[in-house]
Amino acid sequence: MNSRFKKTVWRTLATATVGIAAGASLVACSSGPGGSADSGTAEDLEKALQTESSITVWAWAPAVEDIAKAFEEKYPKITVNVENVGTGNDQYTKLQNAIKAGSGAPDVAQIEYYALPQFALGKSLADLSKFGFDDLEDKFTASTWNSVNLNDKLYALPQDSGPMAMFYRKDVFDKYGIAVPETWDQYIAAAKTIHDADPNAYITNDTGDAGFTTSMIWQAGGKPYTVDGENVGINLQDEGSKKWADKWNQLVEGGYVAQTSSWSDEWFRGLSDGSIATLIIGSWMPGNLEGQAPDGSGQWRVAPMPQYEAGGTATAENGGGGDAVLEQSKNKLVAAAFLKYMNAEEGTQISIDKGGFPSTNADLESDEFLGYESEYFGGQKINEVFADSAKNVVKGWQYLPFQVYANSIYNDTVGQAYANKSDLNEGLTDWQKASASYGSEQGFTVSEK
Amino acid sequence: MTTLSADAPATPRPAALRRDKRRWTGWAFVAPFLVVFALVLVAPVIYAIYLSLFKEQLIGGNAFVGISNYTQALSDPKFWDSLGRVALFLCVQVPIMLGLALFAALAIDSARLYLSSFFRISIFLPYAVPAVVATLMWGFMYGNRFGLVGNVNDFFGIQLPDPLSNNWVLLSIGNIVTWEFVGYNMLIFYAALRVISTDLYEAAELDGASQWRIIRSIKLPAIRGAIVIAGIFSVIGSFQLFNEPNILQSLAPNTISTFFTPNMYAYNLSFSGQQYNYSAAIAIIMGVVTAVIAYIVQNSGSRKEK
Repeated sequence: MNSRFKKTVWRTLATATVGIAAGASLVACSSGPGGSADSGTAEDLEKALQTESSITVWAWAPAVEDIAKAFEEKYPKITVNVENVGTGNDQYTKLQNAIKAGSGAPDVAQIEYYALPQFALGKSLADLSKFGFDDLEDKFTASTWNSVNLNDKLYALPQDSGPMAMFYRKDVFDKYGIAVPETWDQYIAAAKTIHDADPNAYITNDTGDAGFTTSMIWQAGGKPYTVDGENVGINLQDEGSKKWADKWNQLVEGGYVAQTSSWSDEWFRGLSDGSIATLIIGSWMPGNLEGQAPDGSGQWRVAPMPQYEAGGTATAENGGGGDAVLEQSKNKLVAAAFLKYMNAEEGTQISIDKGGFPSTNADLESDEFLGYESEYFGGQKINEVFADSAKNVVKGWQYLPFQVYANSIYNDTVGQAYANKSDLNEGLTDWQKASASYGSEQGFTVSEK
Repeated sequence: MTTLSADAPATPRPAALRRDKRRWTGWAFVAPFLVVFALVLVAPVIYAIYLSLFKEQLIGGNAFVGISNYTQALSDPKFWDSLGRVALFLCVQVPIMLGLALFAALAIDSARLYLSSFFRISIFLPYAVPAVVATLMWGFMYGNRFGLVGNVNDFFGIQLPDPLSNNWVLLSIGNIVTWEFVGYNMLIFYAALRVISTDLYEAAELDGASQWRIIRSIKLPAIRGAIVIAGIFSVIGSFQLFNEPNILQSLAPNTISTFFTPNMYAYNLSFSGQQYNYSAAIAIIMGVVTAVIAYIVQNSGSRKEK
């Protein structure tokens, strides 16, 4: 313990020294060679890894610590400091502040797909194609690759992904004689059957969640956000958005969804005892269920997401994200090399072992991955369902360059429709207006159609 | 420590300055405080005022905009909505809390209570619980499916209103805040009651005054200062309401909006919207509003004293 502590202290000191030295050399010679380069070939990366240096990584994904350790073993001259400064929004706030301050940002940061456009816009992320990473395209699924390519630049490498599926309680479906719904109409019928039979039981919970709504609109074929540089279109009443809202209205207005917030204590209890019978959610969910709803073991199964038309296959991504190199980084070559190691090489397996859902084709197609039989899911080969879903994600989705803020005001607008059990379309219109007015405030050219 | 040695005039000054010596010695003693005061209070306020005169956009950069952030705030329905909410909270919750605290303090001071020190500590104890923990705890109890409210519903077969619904949430927050701060205010009142000279009670007893009369004519006038102080603290606390609604928001995202209280509004503007400038303007306005109302409370309290 003590020696470990000493080691950490020395590392920190070394990091600080290296940092100061790097800063000094940068002042002395702004176009200096070595780690501070903004671009490089695979050879440059390899060379940088043989020089003593360190990088800082901000990430909350549990696997990153292990990946960093493995990386340090492979490249003993590199020190990787992994810091968990908060999950999601907490981290983005700190990152945004560091970017605004002009210093203090890490070399590498984990950023979810929905937040990536916001950071890409501020020119705070390095373009990874300068390190030749655009060659990695074939390694990743089309939808995740699309999410990290913005305005013809590569801003991150995908780490995990969340192709959606329907998680359901087999015991509850059996009890009420419900066949696994393949369309949303069947799903709504099942919702009524369950809730009418037991007023405390619901098909699912939904108190209004921005990530869920955007994913559902995505599946319905909606493209509410169109972004072209500083020109932003917002139309949450396009065909797909309406299609989703009209279907989901039947559940919300009828009171057929549990008013339990996701990730709350009550939620996991409902998932354990079956009073919440399904979840339409990303494929990263199994680990959370096993960990937080252990009593549901053996009862849960996975099926493809219900469809608008019988026989359809459309799905969407829900959550997931990648890792980016910050423009502020003084050690971009090593940072980029670590990114590649983490997301395109050995790191992916470590991530899968920790419960992350991969975005790499090789892993999604490997027999070991597809053949995995989950005990919690009654021995079902759940990854087959997820891998299928990953292939069927609807193409062409875009997030706003200020999606983090837009999501934060979702409950002020669409949430009101949920609270009043009124028309979601009205909530979506309010959300559109509030998002558009923020966009204009921030200097974007916003059109609302 | 270093500031002290840096600011204290350790070396003798030239003769010309020696005349001022007496005046400057005093300053040297308050210098450590002044340095800290300037750094942690004056400087941030000045910086906030400076920030509030600019507008920085994601596209287009930073520009001086004068007082336009202030005019925007004063015509912002969200801001008035949040201000109205904390004002309502102030008018209802503070009198109830101070009334309860006063009652508890008088009861403990009356010396007619068994185990008065036990009551004193147990009423005060919630104040020792961090606000975050207290709110999480109450949040669990408010749950109408698996929380205490849900249990009561199941046990008695009734349907209590959801404490986290639109109509009840302010009351639920008021309940948490009252629970937390009754003990603290009680202690202020009790401390003031303890310093009343017992001669007054003896005299009153000789005159045949009832307990009620003693309270009205001796105790309450004697602790008026403490009541005013507690009132000012509570006014400030109400306007700064943040922790409780912000934590409950994760349990009731649709009832507690991002502009539920002025502080939450300012927080969300700057941390999720990066509108630091507008947020600074709102913070400054709230500071002024709070100061004015605290001043009114203090004035009305001391006027009665005359």
